Amino acid sequence: MRYVVAKDSREVVDLLMEDKANLLLAGGTDVLVRMRLDERYPDRIIDIKKIPGVAEITEESGGFRIGAAVSGAQMGEHSQLKALWPGVVEAVELIGSTQVQGRATMAGNLCNGSPAADSVPAMLAAQAVARVEGPEGVSDQPVLALLDAPGQTKLGKAEFITSIFLPARPNLAGDAYLRFIPRTEMDIAVASAGVSLVLDEAGIVIEASVALGAVAPTAVMVSGAAQALIGTRLEAAPLQACAAACAAACSPIDDKRGTIEFRTKVAGVMACRAAITAYQRAGGQP
Amino acid sequence: MSKQEFKILGTRPIRPDGLDKVTGKAMFGADKSATGMLHARILRSPHAHAEIISIDTSKAKALPGVKAVITGADFDDVENRWTRYTMQNCMAQGRALYDGHAIAAVAATSKKIAGAALKLIEVEYKILPHVTDVDEAMQPGAPLLHEGVKARKLGDDVSGNTVGYYSFGHGDVDAGFAKADEVIERRFKTAATHQGYIEPQACLADLGADGRGALWCTTQGHYMVRETCAEILGIDASQLRVTASEIGGGFGGKTTVFIEPVALKLSQKSGRPVKLVMSREEVFRATGPTMSASMDVKIGMGKDGKITAGHARLRYQGGAFPYNMVMMGAMSAFACYDLENVQSEGWDVMTNRPKMISYRAPGAPMAVYGVESVIDELCQKLGLDPIEVRLLNAAKEGTKSSYGPRFKAIGLVEALKAAKAHPHYSAPLPANTGRGVACGFWFNFGGQVSVSMAINTDGTVNLIEGNPDIGGSRASISMMAAEALGIPFERIRTIVGDTASVGFSDVTDGSRVTFAVGIATINAAKAAIRELCKRAAMIWEIDEDAVEWVDGTARPTGHNAGDFPPMSLAEIAATSGKTGGPIAGHHEGAPDKAGVSFGVHLVDLEVDPETGFTSIKRYTAFQDVGKAIHPAYVEGQIQGGAVQGIGWALNEEYIYGADGRLQNPGFLDYRIPVASDLPMIDAVIIEVPNPGHPYGVRGCGETAIVPPLAAVANGVAQAVGVRLFELPMSPPKILKAL
Repeated sequence: MRYVVAKDSREVVDLLMEDKANLLLAGGTDVLVRMRLDERYPDRIIDIKKIPGVAEITEESGGFRIGAAVSGAQMGEHSQLKALWPGVVEAVELIGSTQVQGRATMAGNLCNGSPAADSVPAMLAAQAVARVEGPEGVSDQPVLALLDAPGQTKLGKAEFITSIFLPARPNLAGDAYLRFIPRTEMDIAVASAGVSLVLDEAGIVIEASVALGAVAPTAVMVSGAAQALIGTRLEAAPLQACAAACAAACSPIDDKRGTIEFRTKVAGVMACRAAITAYQRAGGQP
Repeated sequence: MSKQEFKILGTRPIRPDGLDKVTGKAMFGADKSATGMLHARILRSPHAHAEIISIDTSKAKALPGVKAVITGADFDDVENRWTRYTMQNCMAQGRALYDGHAIAAVAATSKKIAGAALKLIEVEYKILPHVTDVDEAMQPGAPLLHEGVKARKLGDDVSGNTVGYYSFGHGDVDAGFAKADEVIERRFKTAATHQGYIEPQACLADLGADGRGALWCTTQGHYMVRETCAEILGIDASQLRVTASEIGGGFGGKTTVFIEPVALKLSQKSGRPVKLVMSREEVFRATGPTMSASMDVKIGMGKDGKITAGHARLRYQGGAFPYNMVMMGAMSAFACYDLENVQSEGWDVMTNRPKMISYRAPGAPMAVYGVESVIDELCQKLGLDPIEVRLLNAAKEGTKSSYGPRFKAIGLVEALKAAKAHPHYSAPLPANTGRGVACGFWFNFGGQVSVSMAINTDGTVNLIEGNPDIGGSRASISMMAAEALGIPFERIRTIVGDTASVGFSDVTDGSRVTFAVGIATINAAKAAIRELCKRAAMIWEIDEDAVEWVDGTARPTGHNAGDFPPMSLAEIAATSGKTGGPIAGHHEGAPDKAGVSFGVHLVDLEVDPETGFTSIKRYTAFQDVGKAIHPAYVEGQIQGGAVQGIGWALNEEYIYGADGRLQNPGFLDYRIPVASDLPMIDAVIIEVPNPGHPYGVRGCGETAIVPPLAAVANGVAQAVGVRLFELPMSPPKILKAL
């Protein structure tokens, strides 16, 4: 096995074009565990952390560009980012332990392809956009467009993510992420929800997006749930409609972590609770 | 027994193993290496039940770096059937009996090569029908684990997997039920749970062609390891020197062997030292969890809260080999109560799961869960206070226990009164919150023990005992030695000797060590004191029996009193070379007057009505320990037991698929509570001395895991108004019940 520290994105793409069992390493919190569990046997590990800019958070057009090697801890300590997208940051910060937070990355969480990835519903709700480098050059793709199936993304051959962009937003806006786990930490979402809201001066929701995790082969956007919230102040009836829309959007599996029935019910509970938190963060008083 | 005054017992000295553990110096099972050492790995069955048609190891043997490959065929039969089961659990012979059962093992120059060699071993299986549920395994016609081991007294209504039947009790339960104002009968199920020790099984084995060997391993009993391995390998016990490493948790799970005979056999075959370390997945698939259970509990109660009769039927599943642990459950079920009419029956059943092994108070928590749940339901129905009802029925000194013997001085009433008077019991309860109460019991044991004590010429003391320290025994043993000798704690160093350095000692289990090793230590100290007095008499030129030992000094007594200034232990020891040589004391014995221990737990918990999530808000555990030698360790034991019981109640379970394979072999999906799941567990120590120990020690390690299952279940029932009869009460199950 070889370990290559890539100098720039071009080198990564060139290495990925070669016919080898490559594994990209940013935080490594999935890669190293899989290798230790004998699940992956790479010929080559390509470390992308040293690519210029990839470990930085930069302000851009009123939003933030999060490099693919930025750790959860870095995001959690970035006060402006936290003020703008608290829900995305809290989702990333839920991944693993304090030690894992020092390494784990949001881009890695996306690329891991888990339907239960914590940051993904939050990114979907935030309409995050991934910057992808590949043989054809650089492109910007909505995170939603990269979701494919458990364990895989729609990234093409030799493509990889260098950063994720979280856009600017108006003053009266807020987002939140909530997950259900049977414990209080160190666990995987059984059902989760990311919600982003924009309010008008009167506290009425004028824009909404709701995304769910762990209830389908990939995280899903639930436009019906978002529609249920628009034009309301999150009164009981719209919240009930939001939960119903979430339940309708679920196609979960029965497994050791939860039943279909449980996931379907709890997804709506998480969405409504996240919506209330997002609403409060946007300055609303439900 | 009157209250004794102590100088050292009851204080909280700094733990002697602390520095090494926090700095990483302590040597655990996987920390030892040797020159020329090989690394071993084990090939495991992917099937729940299969005949092994053939094993072809030729390609594995041909792989460069591979030094030895073994299968079940490498082990000769042994005479003792229990040892044979242990051996066949370490390495399958003829049939794979559960998912994870060892089929073959490889020793190679690296772990990676050993892993590659496993993939080259070709095993042909014929898959057989399997069974993992206890009730199904008891049905006539169920897939049979072993022929000819069915318990003798059982009829055709149960299958040959039913290997044990026990019954305890007295009185006439039917007459008792007829007298009751209210009778409730419920069926309960509990899942198999794992001890959750953090350190996986690991060893370093070295066995020469001359039959001499050394074994380093993580275990609760290195003499047990020595004798089991010597028997399996066909060597003399004297030639196998076993050293117990520091232990990263055992809780009963390390009271047998899983890998040591395999490592020794590989070492014997390769002529090299062999290291074998289990992965976490192997720990889950192939070491012993505790039993799962299916139980029927029926209790009758008068309007006044008096229990008129109790009947429990316990069916335990203990995995792929015969075992006998349901007996403990049947004995414990009603042990907290003074009952006129009581019967408990138990059935031990085999299934296609890993062979069970002890887990903290083995067999008791599930039985007591059933009993304490039904009592709680009766209290609710009759509108009675759960602690008052338990006080009314509590066992006390002189009570004929539900399993036979009469209790001597015991502390259940004291624990119940302490719970009732505690501010926790009267604190207000917010919405969606419930308060659960439950009692629990454990026997505690004595058993065989050896202690050797040497008095050094500088006045310090070395003490060697034969029981691995799993809960602070080196501290408590040093404290008892210091108390007995009358010298400071710091002057004593207690170590756990290897099997060649001190006499036989039973496994560290049954909460026996502080009790039994304590007695041996006190007796060893008495022997040393006799010798110290003799030396003082020699120096003073007076009669031996004219010297007494007071506060760590020899003093002339009788008509010689006051003739000479007292001589300290250090002064006598300093000249021991001139007065007859080294001074020492030792004791070997089998103390059998262990005192039973009772606990009462209170829990406040909140259930989220929208998700079924249970959050533990407050927890107080009261326990009679006889005498707390080192109270900080005792509190730790009580807290640890409570936490394991909470995990058992809420989330922990072995999940088997329809294919009979374990679906959650890891700490992600086998959910033990994490620190943030719990409040600080408040431990309240009650001290009703055990008349069978000079200092009143009962033992404290196990009782605390017994009450929490029911305490949490009773709390959930109160919080949501619906009672669940199955553990764990994971969120999907609670939400479904709402």
